[in-house]
Order: sequence, then structure tokens, then C-alpha cells
Amino acid sequence: MRQKQLLLSALGLLAFVLVWELVPKLSLVSQSLLPAPSDLPAAFMREFRSGIWFEMVLLSLDHYLMGFAWGAGLGVIFGVLTGMYLNIEWALAWVVRLLRPIPNLAWAPFAIIWFGVDQAAAVFIISIGVFWIVFFAAQGAIRGVDRELIELADAFGFRSGPERLVKVLLPAATPGILVGLRTALGQAWMAVVAAELSGVSGLGSRMMQASSLLATDIVVVYMLTMAVLYGVMDAGFVFAQSRLMRWKP
Amino acid sequence: MEAVTPPDPAISIRGLSLSFEQDGRRTDVLRALDLDIARGEFVALVGSSGVGKSTLLRVLMTLAQPTAGNVTIRPDPAAHTALAFVFQDARLLPWRRVLANVAFGLEKTDATRAERRVRALAALKLVGLEDLADRWPYQLSGGQRQRVSLARALAVDPSILLMDEPFSALDVATRETLQDELIRIRRETGKTILFVTHDIDEAVYLADRVVALGGKPGEVRAVRVIDAAHPRKRDAFQLAEIAQAIKADMTAEAAAAWDDWVI
Repeated sequence: MRQKQLLLSALGLLAFVLVWELVPKLSLVSQSLLPAPSDLPAAFMREFRSGIWFEMVLLSLDHYLMGFAWGAGLGVIFGVLTGMYLNIEWALAWVVRLLRPIPNLAWAPFAIIWFGVDQAAAVFIISIGVFWIVFFAAQGAIRGVDRELIELADAFGFRSGPERLVKVLLPAATPGILVGLRTALGQAWMAVVAAELSGVSGLGSRMMQASSLLATDIVVVYMLTMAVLYGVMDAGFVFAQSRLMRWKP
Repeated sequence: MEAVTPPDPAISIRGLSLSFEQDGRRTDVLRALDLDIARGEFVALVGSSGVGKSTLLRVLMTLAQPTAGNVTIRPDPAAHTALAFVFQDARLLPWRRVLANVAFGLEKTDATRAERRVRALAALKLVGLEDLADRWPYQLSGGQRQRVSLARALAVDPSILLMDEPFSALDVATRETLQDELIRIRRETGKTILFVTHDIDEAVYLADRVVALGGKPGEVRAVRVIDAAHPRKRDAFQLAEIAQAIKADMTAEAAAAWDDWVI
């Protein structure tokens, strides 16, 4: 069963790469429009040797991690508060409805005005996307905690907000919050590219440079770079999640 | 049927009434309830569902506010450890291992981590599950979970145990085992126990005194003392007779309730 699964997923990937290789090589599509996979290692080595690749990865990782941390941290805090206290939710309900539909990128002009063409601008834009996902996940998870567990906390004397939060609400909401964090983990990479389009250096800006020079092989190198970074992080996250959720059957 | 005040009541309930308003309509749940429970006594509270048994327990835990009357708990109603609760479902925290579940209530006390561990282990031993301390709740059977829940209540060393139909969700064999365990634990610890159940045979088998609630709003309709010594025989004629009498009390009461509908 497991072997079959591995075999099929390997075959699927292989078939994908093969079709991708054949389409430009058979000139079905011009090679300048779609670089073949076999051309990518050379392109990668050019970027890597010049040191640009490493520099861009570090810059983008910095934006990504900072943006994720800010967005996730604030998202959990506001999600938990609005989940626990109806008054806070009511007070913020229309503020949320006002701000929520604004696309991340629409914040770019303000980010530049407030922070300059600087790391902070990218971090700000990334954190907004992460914030909303985590905010709604945390609020929903807290709201969904079994009333009976809260009654249990009450019966054993944990009746204040902070006591309930630590003893019951937060542990019970953790699975739901983690789902939000994982969704945001992918969303944040998309936001990295968007944020760096505004000129802040990183993978996104390098991709834009390359694409304006029609260096599509370089664009694809960075697309794959991002996919690998995301893959590693998501796998790490899933591992950490399964450690944290050992109590689930 | 008058409640006789015992010399040293652990719980004194006087003129307790509780009603709540919903959609502008007032619902009376309990009316002018008087009940005393002696220190070390095992009282079973029986009555059909909706008669206010669970509400009474909630009032004792100060989870619900009475509309009138008062409740006195000795020695110290302020200390949260005076009372401990066992729910109908075991209601364990799934993210805590068995031992940490048992230690839950102790985290409200100023016991150190090491002390909490020792006390939780002792409570777990009392219910015979010390070997399962490191398990997760999902790895336990229904009966084991309810034992852990009982250990969690015992761990805070309360003077009074409040139990809300704790065995009603278990299969017959497990239920009977746990009933006998409860009798043993009560003998070893001397706890005062207020035990809510809708199973009259269970009430008669376990308790020193059975209090039947009835009516809407709920009132004390019958009080029967069971003076048979433990260990009792489940099929003892004397117990069956008392159970019959209580059932008769309650059916008469139910018939009376139907009469209210005759115009």
C-alpha cells in the first residue's frame, strides 16, 4: 500500500517533468517562453555562483519569518480575545468588515509611505495576509471549545478569564489554530512575492528583474526555490504539529 | 418526610428556590427545598429528569445562583476544595495524560509540582489505575475514564463529593464494579457524598438515605433511610422493598401531577 503510494507519486512527478521537458524541446512552445527543466541547473549555477541566489533567499526568508511571526502573533491574540469576549467582538465587528476585504497589495503604497522601500514594508504587507487567516481560525477555534470543558474548569475553581484560557480554552483550540497557521504558512510565501514587487529586495524582486529581461529560466529557478522552501517548512510544520497533537487518536 | 437536622451537617439547604426567565416566561426549577446532609453521610438524590437534581448540584458548586433561600457548607464554603464534582461523562481533558488530568484541580491549590504529582498518584491508586498514569484519555475504556474522573475529584481531598449520574453511561458490569469501588473508597476516605441518579436500585444499593425529588418545580417528595449495613446484597429483599416504596412514592407523585391537568 505504502510502496504503491510512493511509486505512484514518483511516477506522477516524473511524467510532469517529462512533459515539461518535451514541450519546449519539441518546439511546441518557444524555449524563451518556457524554459526546459534540463536548462535550469545551468541557470541556477549562474545565480548561485554570483552569490545573488543566497542573498535573495536570506532576504526573503527574513521578510517571510518576520511577517509570519507578527501576523500570526497578533492574529492569535486578537482571535482569542474576540473569541472569548463578545463585547470585544461586537466592538471590532465592523472594523473587521471594513479592513478584511482590502487586498494585501493595496496596502503597498501605505507600506512604502510609512516604512520606505525597506524590509519593514515587506514585513508589513506579509503580516496582513497572515493576520486575517490566523485571526479567523483562532476566533473560530476558541468559540468552538466545548462548553462542558469550560464548565469543568469552573467546577474546579478556574473561573477567571486568564485561568480558563490557560487551563482549557487554549489547549482545546490548539488544533484549530494550527490549521490556520498552516494555511498562513503557504499564503505568506505568495505575499512575499507580492510584497517584494514594490521594490524591496528578495526572491520576488529578483523574479521581476529576470522576467523583464525575459530570462524565464531564472524566473523558474526562483519559483522552484520558493516551492522547496515552502515544502521544507510545511513538512517541518506537519512534524511539529503531529508532536503537539499526540493526544489525538 | 420532614427533614431531621443532623447534629453536624456538612450541607444545610434552607428554603432553596431557583427560577429563571426565558423569553419573558418564568420557569421555576426548584421550590422551597430543605435538605440537610450529615458529615460522612451518603445521600442519593433521585427523581425524573427535569426535576432539578443537576441544578441543585450546580447551586452547591456556586455554578448557579438560587433565587431564594440559602446553602451552608461546612467547614468552609469559600475553599473551592470543600467540594469536588464528578460529571456524568468523565469529561477528561484529552490533551492531558491521565496523571495530569487527575492533578487538574490541584493546580488551583498552592501545592508544588512535586506535591501535586504525589497526591495525584495517590488518588489514582485509590481508584486502582496507578499503572495507567502515562496513558492518554483516548486510550482508556469508559469505565477507566470514569475512574480517572473520580480520582480527579478525590485528588483535591474535598470533604464533600458531588456526583451527577456518574455511572449512568456505563454498561451494567462496569457500573456494578464502580458502585462497589465507590463504597470502598467512601469507607476508606469518609467523604460526604451527594449522589444524583435516576436509577432507584442504584440509589438504594449505595446510599444511607435516598431523597426523592418530584414535581415542577422540584420539591422533596420522599426521604427513605436505608439502614442495611455494607456490603449489601444487590438482590436483598429489604433493598427491593425500599426501592418499591420509593417508586410508589414517585408514581403517586406522577399521578398527582397528571391530576393537575384535569380541568
